[in-house]
Amino acid sequence: MKALQRKLLRELMRLKGQMLAVAAVVACGISVFVSMSSVKHSLEVSRQRYYNRFRFADVFVQVKRAPDFYRETVSRIPGVASVSTRITADVTLDVPGLDEPATARLVSIPEYRTPVLNDLFLKKGRYIEPGKPEEVIASKPFLEANHLAPGDRISAVINGRKRNLLIVGMGLSPEYIYEVQPGSFFPDKRRFGVFWMGRRSLESVLDMSGAFNDLSLTLAHGASEKDVIMRLDNLFKRYGSLGAYGRSEHLSDRFIVDEIKQVGIQITFLPVVFLAVAVFLLNIVLRRIVATQRDQIAVLKAIGYSNEDVGLHYLGFAMIPTAFGAVAGTLLGAWLGRGLMNIYAEFYNFAELVYYFRFEDVALSVLLSFAAAILGALGAVRSAVRLPPADAMRPDSPVLYKPGFFDRESLRKKIPVSLRIIVRNLERRPWKAALSVLMISLSVAILIAGRYTYDSLDRMVQVEFTRKHREDVTVIFNNPMPPSVRFNIASLDGVLEHEYYREEPVRMSFGHRVRRQSIKGMESAEGLQRLIDKANRQLSLPPDGILLTSTLAELLGVRPGDKLQVDFLQGWQRHRELLVSGTIDEILGLSAYMNLGALNRLAGDGGALNAAYLRLDQAKAGKLYTTFKGMPGVSGIMMLKAMKESFDELIAQSMNTSTVILTSFACVLAFAVVYNGARISLSERARELTSLRVLGMTKGEISFILLGEQALLTMAAIPVGFLIGIALSALLAHALSSELYRLPLVFSAFNFLFAFMVIVLVSVVSAILVRRRLTNLDMVEVLKTRE
Amino acid sequence: MFGVSANSQQRPPVDHPDGEVLRISDLSKIYMMGEVRVDALKHISLEFQAGELAVLLGASGSGKSTLLNIIGGLDVPSSGKLFFHGREMTAATEAELTAYRRRSIGFVFQFYNLISSLSALENVQLVTEIAENPMEAKEALRLVGLGDRLNHFPAQLSGGEQQRVAIARAVAKRPELLLCDEPTGALDFQTGKLVLDVIEKVNRELGTTTLVITHNASIAGMADRVVRLRSGELSEDRRNLTRMSPSELVW
Repeated sequence: MKALQRKLLRELMRLKGQMLAVAAVVACGISVFVSMSSVKHSLEVSRQRYYNRFRFADVFVQVKRAPDFYRETVSRIPGVASVSTRITADVTLDVPGLDEPATARLVSIPEYRTPVLNDLFLKKGRYIEPGKPEEVIASKPFLEANHLAPGDRISAVINGRKRNLLIVGMGLSPEYIYEVQPGSFFPDKRRFGVFWMGRRSLESVLDMSGAFNDLSLTLAHGASEKDVIMRLDNLFKRYGSLGAYGRSEHLSDRFIVDEIKQVGIQITFLPVVFLAVAVFLLNIVLRRIVATQRDQIAVLKAIGYSNEDVGLHYLGFAMIPTAFGAVAGTLLGAWLGRGLMNIYAEFYNFAELVYYFRFEDVALSVLLSFAAAILGALGAVRSAVRLPPADAMRPDSPVLYKPGFFDRESLRKKIPVSLRIIVRNLERRPWKAALSVLMISLSVAILIAGRYTYDSLDRMVQVEFTRKHREDVTVIFNNPMPPSVRFNIASLDGVLEHEYYREEPVRMSFGHRVRRQSIKGMESAEGLQRLIDKANRQLSLPPDGILLTSTLAELLGVRPGDKLQVDFLQGWQRHRELLVSGTIDEILGLSAYMNLGALNRLAGDGGALNAAYLRLDQAKAGKLYTTFKGMPGVSGIMMLKAMKESFDELIAQSMNTSTVILTSFACVLAFAVVYNGARISLSERARELTSLRVLGMTKGEISFILLGEQALLTMAAIPVGFLIGIALSALLAHALSSELYRLPLVFSAFNFLFAFMVIVLVSVVSAILVRRRLTNLDMVEVLKTRE
Repeated sequence: MFGVSANSQQRPPVDHPDGEVLRISDLSKIYMMGEVRVDALKHISLEFQAGELAVLLGASGSGKSTLLNIIGGLDVPSSGKLFFHGREMTAATEAELTAYRRRSIGFVFQFYNLISSLSALENVQLVTEIAENPMEAKEALRLVGLGDRLNHFPAQLSGGEQQRVAIARAVAKRPELLLCDEPTGALDFQTGKLVLDVIEKVNRELGTTTLVITHNASIAGMADRVVRLRSGELSEDRRNLTRMSPSELVW
């Protein structure tokens, strides 16, 4: 090894604390980049492969009942490549070991296995056999959550009759990568599953011979989705179609696409912050190294080392810790990415979720980190290169201090000397102080933003599961019921409160903007269900007119007071004009609310109800569940408690994981910035502080001067960090929001307290480390060295 | 070029009219120290012959270090010219100056300026690795009497030893010109003499043209030639009839 390289390595070892801090910051940034990039790529590829292999359709339409020959008609529509028709129905299940009824979505499959659209992947067991109508294949998440396996039996109420089904296989489908009950946002694996059943058997039990109620198709290359959808809508209007839609409105695909988009946002945002801090740290550390080695630079040049040799030597101080960080970050990123994919595997049901670790991502991240290293080192290296050797022989001339603000006569007497030194030092280099404050505040901001998602989810749970809903269960009817259904429900023993709603599919249009949407007709917004916005405020239901969620209003381009065109898709298929009476900024989904009476009048059909909210006497709930399990006309039951549990299990868990990661990274960042700041300051002032010791100051007094400055910077950084953190969270909330959900901007006091405590802790630890060095300063040695 | 070598302790001063190594003509240097203008050198003209051992005397601030830095290619004059073997160094590019320092110049500084993170041997290797025809680093250290302290770090060496490492570092490349800036300035009498002994030995055995800067007039006795600077001006340029051995010097 060359002597110059040996010098580099030895000096890096001497500065190992600071260098490790730099490497750790780089590693954090790179690991986020590598893990998120590989996760994004893995999700994209897994999704695409799954869709291709199992022929996920491009356009979907549900109808009440349409004759089989329409399959032919549809396949003749220009741009349609292939068509599949199916029969689907939601039924209640009696799951062994589960008190409450569960819901199954029955989906028809051919008796003999032939390739169809939205085909199923048989994970375990076998395909159904023709002539055995009781055989079904059930979805993997449902079977696993209920500890069921092929060979087990389960009973279902189909079309009012109880049937004993035999599970012969465990399957997955590209249609249900995100498997949720219709009308719900969060998966409840125990209480909802997809069952694939032979077409003939379903035809016979549902009286659907020669008909279908679900059609999906793939488009030929270059075909217009919009045109095909328009044709389908015309074709199926009279068959009770609720409107055809493309993949972008397919709930499962929507969730995955949003997830991929969000991962993409994280790829850009976090690594940028970490690499920016790395640039800053390298900048201050290298400047310091070059400053303390002025005479060595001069000697190297005097000996005959060229400017390039010297420049590269000092660049090495940036490159080596960065290289360490890049390697550690890549390894950590690969590990984190695999872990994240395991979380995704819990959440999304892919036939195969493969983790692709790409060389490109690693190469790009290494490139990025080295670019950061060079950027950070640039100033210092340039000054090392430019330093004229003869100048470098002379020590730096003393820095010019001028009387500052705090030196005014009136203030002067009130401030002790040690504090005056601190203040003057900060005043002298305000930019450096400001930059230090900014960097510390960035780590505070990341702490705030990291915990923000946690608070936001907490608010989401509070609003969606507690304030908005007071019912215990939602009973969903498989067909709209007449208003008299209330009496049947009210007569059930154990029902304490009951409330109903109507869900009416319509097409809304304003100007040229059109959306398929259902209007929810509510009896009241003060009973079991309430209207609560993102900020946790309760809104009242307008007596007439329609209340839209803000996002829906934005999509339609309407404002309160505008007139919205509404086409009913069912019943009389009326066309009506409706006044937008207000908007509500809700957390989940897109909704339109109306007073039930007003909606009934608008539809002109004498009223219909789609579901009931019930509050139950818990002592009698068991018996009621049994009743529901066998009740015809009930297609499913949603339990608030169960949904909350599954939310806590799945979403909260994965969010907590990312919060933990982000928090640890923010701690690393905070420590790196604070510790390096203190070390640099120590190295800059060692001589001065030791001189003060020689003059008779105590160790405590000089510690106060050095650490007091750091403390002052940190204290200034905390409120700034709070503000940046709030801004960062708002940015995140905006970036992560979609039509599916919008993160409310809430901050708990604990969030701020937590960030405060982390920063204080980190500062105390680095102060202890630096103070140890400070008290060990050799007075004689320090005074002997030049500079 | 290392052929000049007389073996006596007291030998006649070198005088080679044709062996001119260095010529300085009308050299001035002005620089700003903060807000103060300093005329460090005023119209200096000098020549040095090959193998010559010259002592540059002057009080602190007389401009001798500035002169040495300009000769060594570390600094550039405000006006005037410097020729090395007839080549005008004041017109040289940055890269040419680097090559000049790398090939032809050996520096010894008052404060040794060793790299503290490198051992004695490694400090010398710093030079032998980039020089064109260097001596072995170990050989250079043996030459200065440190053959047994190769792996000591600067902090483990005495001041005199550190300065001898610095001399080994300077001569290991077999420079044509050895420039010593107050080599004994930080050393006590005995150690200082030891260091001067080494410098004298290098000059004598290797024939290296040597310039020693000092404010200590007693050292002048060991030189072939004595040049004195005062406030940036040349005030004396004389030749010694005989060269004393450093061990005979007294101050």
